[in-house]
This record gives sequence, C-alpha cells and structure tokens, in this order.
Amino acid sequence: MDSSLYAARRRRNVIAAIASYGATFVGLTWLALILGVLFWQGLGGLSLRVFTEMTPPPGAMGGLLNAIVGSLIMTTLALLIGAPIGILAGTYMAEYGRHSYLTSVVRFINDILLSAPSIVVGLFIYYVMVRPMGHFSGVAGAVVLAVLVIPVMVRTTEDMLTLVPDTLREAAASIGLPRSLMIRQVAYRAARAGIITGLLLAVARISGETAPLLFTALNNQFYSINLNAPMASLPSVIFQFALSPYKDWQDLAWTGALIITLAVLAMSIIARSLTRTRKSS
Amino acid sequence: MNMATVTVAPVTPPHQADGAALKDKIAIRNLDFYYGQTKALKSISLPLYANKATAFIGPSGCGKSTLLRVLNRMYDLYPGQRAEGQVLFDGKNILEPGLDLNLLRARIGMVFQKPTPFPMTIYENIAFGIRLYEKLPKSELDGRVEQALQRGALWTEVKDKLNANGLSLSGGQQQRLCIARTVAVRPEVILFDEPCSALDPISTAKIEELIDELKADYTIVIVTHNMQQAARVSDRTAFMYLGELIEFDETNKIFTSPSDRRTQDYITGRFG
Repeated sequence: MDSSLYAARRRRNVIAAIASYGATFVGLTWLALILGVLFWQGLGGLSLRVFTEMTPPPGAMGGLLNAIVGSLIMTTLALLIGAPIGILAGTYMAEYGRHSYLTSVVRFINDILLSAPSIVVGLFIYYVMVRPMGHFSGVAGAVVLAVLVIPVMVRTTEDMLTLVPDTLREAAASIGLPRSLMIRQVAYRAARAGIITGLLLAVARISGETAPLLFTALNNQFYSINLNAPMASLPSVIFQFALSPYKDWQDLAWTGALIITLAVLAMSIIARSLTRTRKSS
Repeated sequence: MNMATVTVAPVTPPHQADGAALKDKIAIRNLDFYYGQTKALKSISLPLYANKATAFIGPSGCGKSTLLRVLNRMYDLYPGQRAEGQVLFDGKNILEPGLDLNLLRARIGMVFQKPTPFPMTIYENIAFGIRLYEKLPKSELDGRVEQALQRGALWTEVKDKLNANGLSLSGGQQQRLCIARTVAVRPEVILFDEPCSALDPISTAKIEELIDELKADYTIVIVTHNMQQAARVSDRTAFMYLGELIEFDETNKIFTSPSDRRTQDYITGRFG
C-alpha cells in the first residue's frame, strides 16, 4: 500500500468535509436569521385582533382579517381551478401519452411556465381579464394564482406517476383491469403521497406571491368576499404596509409575514409527515 | 440440423406417459414477435395442454418471457411491439384485433417476477379483482377472499390481519398474495414469469408446491431460469434459444434424453 497516496486522499476528504459543513452552516445561518428577525418583529403584534379586525388606517388599531380571508379565498379558488387541470394533464402525460410527441411538447412548455416570472403571468391575466372587465377583482387574483398552480401540479403529478413501477401497471392489467380504473385505483393510490406533497408545495408557492396579485386583485382596505371586486391579500398588504412610513403599519406587515411563514411551514411539515406515513405503512 | 424438422406440430407429441388424453388449452401456431424492427420470436408452434404445467426454459434473451407475454397480450401495453401468427385459446385466435383484452386477461392470469401487491389492504388486494367481474354481497365476497387466500397458501398467515397493507408482508408472502389475487378472478390459465427468482429457498419451495396443486384446476405456464425448478414443477418443457423453439417434450424426456444437441448442452450447463 502506498501510504502517501492514502494520506493525500484522507487530506482531501477532510477538506471536502469542512467545505460541506461550512456551506451548510452558511446556508442555515441565513435561514435562522430570517426566521429570527421575523419572530422578533412579528411575534409582538400577534394577537387575537389580527384575526378579527380589518386593516386600519394609519394611527388606528386594527388587524389583518380582510387580508387573511382574501388570501384564503383566492388560494382555495386557485387550487380548485388549477389542481384538477394540472393533475389531469400530468396523468395524461404519464399514463396515456407517455410515448407521444404531444407529451414532450407539453412538458417543454410546462417547464417554461414553471420558471416564468410570476409578474409576467400577472401582466397576462391583467390583459385578458382585468382590462376587459374594467376593474381589478378577486376572481382575476384567483385565476392568476391558478395559472401558477397548474405547472407545479403537472410536473409533480407526472413525476410521481412515472415513479410508480410499470410492474404494478402490468399486474393491474393482468387481472383484467381497464386502464382508467388502473389509474384511479392503483396508480393514484401508489402516487398519492407525492401528489399531495405537490399540492401543498403549490399552496406554499402561491401563498407568497405578490406581484401577480397587484395586477389582478389589487388590494382592499375593507373586508370583502365579493369576487367581482378588488380583494385584499396578505402579500399585497405586507407590500403596502412595509413600504409605508407608519410604525404601526410596518408592525402589522411583520406580523402578516410571520403568519404566512408559519402557514407555509405547517404545510411543509404536513407534506413531510404524509410522505413518511406512506413509507412506513 | 434444420429447425423446421425439430419444431413440434401442435398436436399430441409422440411421447405420452401420462395416459389421459391431452387437450390443447392454448395452441401457438407460427408465432413471430417483433420489438420494433427486431424479431424476437421466430415461427414458434407449441401446444399448451389443459391442466398441465408447461415450462419455458432457455438462456437469457431467448424469448421465453416474450412468448409468455404474448399469451395474455401484455405486450399490447407498449407501443412498437407486435405479434404475428396465431395463438388459439380454446380454438379462438387471441391475436385478432378487436379482442376484449380485459376479458382475455381475466381468463388468463399472470404472476410476475417481482411480487406486485397493490397499495391497499390484503383483503382489498384480493376483493378488488373479484369486484371487477362479479357483484357479490359482503358475506359471499368474504368467502371468496378466504378461498383465494387459502388457495394461495396464505390464509393461516394473514387471517388475523386482513386489513394490514399488502406491502407489509414479506417477499414470499407478497408473491403468494399475488397468486391468490390471480386465482380469485377465476382464470383458466395462469402464467408465471420467473415467480421465484426474487425469493428465498423456503418461499420458493412453498410456491412450487402451490403450482403443483394449482395444476388440478388450471393450465399452468411457467418461465424459469432455474432448470431444477422446471424439472420439479412441469409436465412439459419447451427449450428456447435465440427466439426459436428448439425442443418441446415431456419434462422427463427433456432432462434425461433430449433429442437436440443444444438442449443437451444447455441442461448440462455447457452454456446459458
């Protein structure tokens, strides 16, 4: 054995390990700092009033009720519109059209859509919906978020169904199961955790979107669940309040940011635990 | 030697030690198979007798799995694969276009190399297939599930945990679950594609015993890499090489005095 060669390899190993640990540490530090500042600034303002009162004018007391409700409505609607379309398209690509030319074209376009800046999507919906309607509206906000949900769902559904082994499809076929039933009863079941994870990731993605909402739902200072009128949302309120010169508005913006972060965090934890129970069962 | 003279006509072969008249459950006639441009099976003619176990043996890539997958048209799931010739199942050519594949596959079941339980409970794994073709009251369905699991020699091991996930079973148990699932649909023919190659010797012995029992009610076709296994479980053996059927005869005859040199070389371990 050439001991100098071995020593050199060990040295390189130590260097690589230090570099990896260092990079991890740097990355985690920023995350910890962001979360730390968020809690530091936002936690103080977190009270029942945040969830029960509307956004206040400067100098008055108030909460974020209209923004929270607006975000919930538009996110839910976006999922209701976008998730079925995305899941069905992903199903076509993975199950029916796996070898077809159409699938590779759709996959290519979908990847572009996936990485398209959301402000571009916002402008697009502004042009095709807000302008013809003549005013900003909650429904336009929901549609723009749906457009952002679709590519995420197409991608995860296709990926997750592709991971289902072909042997399982053959097994289903071997007892005479028609393809549509095989997909619903076997493939979806096998891919369920992954598809649900995709759904939650899509929610996480759209719940922080601000730019496209400014072009579509705009904002609303008052509580409104009218989809045909401008609608408040957490990100746009944060945007507006954080840029304002008023201390109480800035504090509310911090609290809103904390709420979004906690919601997304909770969502990720749910997604993780779903994947885990699937594996252990 | 010229191949054409070796290929056995799809009628009763000359050696017939097992007395009773043999009935062709499936008769393969001049079957060619293509993967795209590649010809994988060359003019195969072969009978598969009712209530007998027929083994396909041969080195890797000889076409034995391909031949098996023609019998339930499994190849139809993939584009670019096609078969030409005739496969007569109870006298009806299953290669004809327009055939109801789901119905065909309910009559010709298949067990795969790797256990493939569905991601659902043990009970559902079995009941699922039954419900596709029959509408039964719960009590009767329970009975059918038990019957199938007993047929798969798995009942005593799982009767107290029918609601556990099928994937929680061991590899050997999963494979018996798959056999039970296949049997539950009440097929007439069961195809086994190297059913023991992912299993330990004890599970293998159990499955072989099971195959032996199943012969009474089903026509069995088994592809295997393991020549001892072919010798143990089958009545007839077909030796394939490079996409051709070299020899088909009683298993005993193939393993003791094969008529073709290549068969002899393969079974004595000179190649393959």
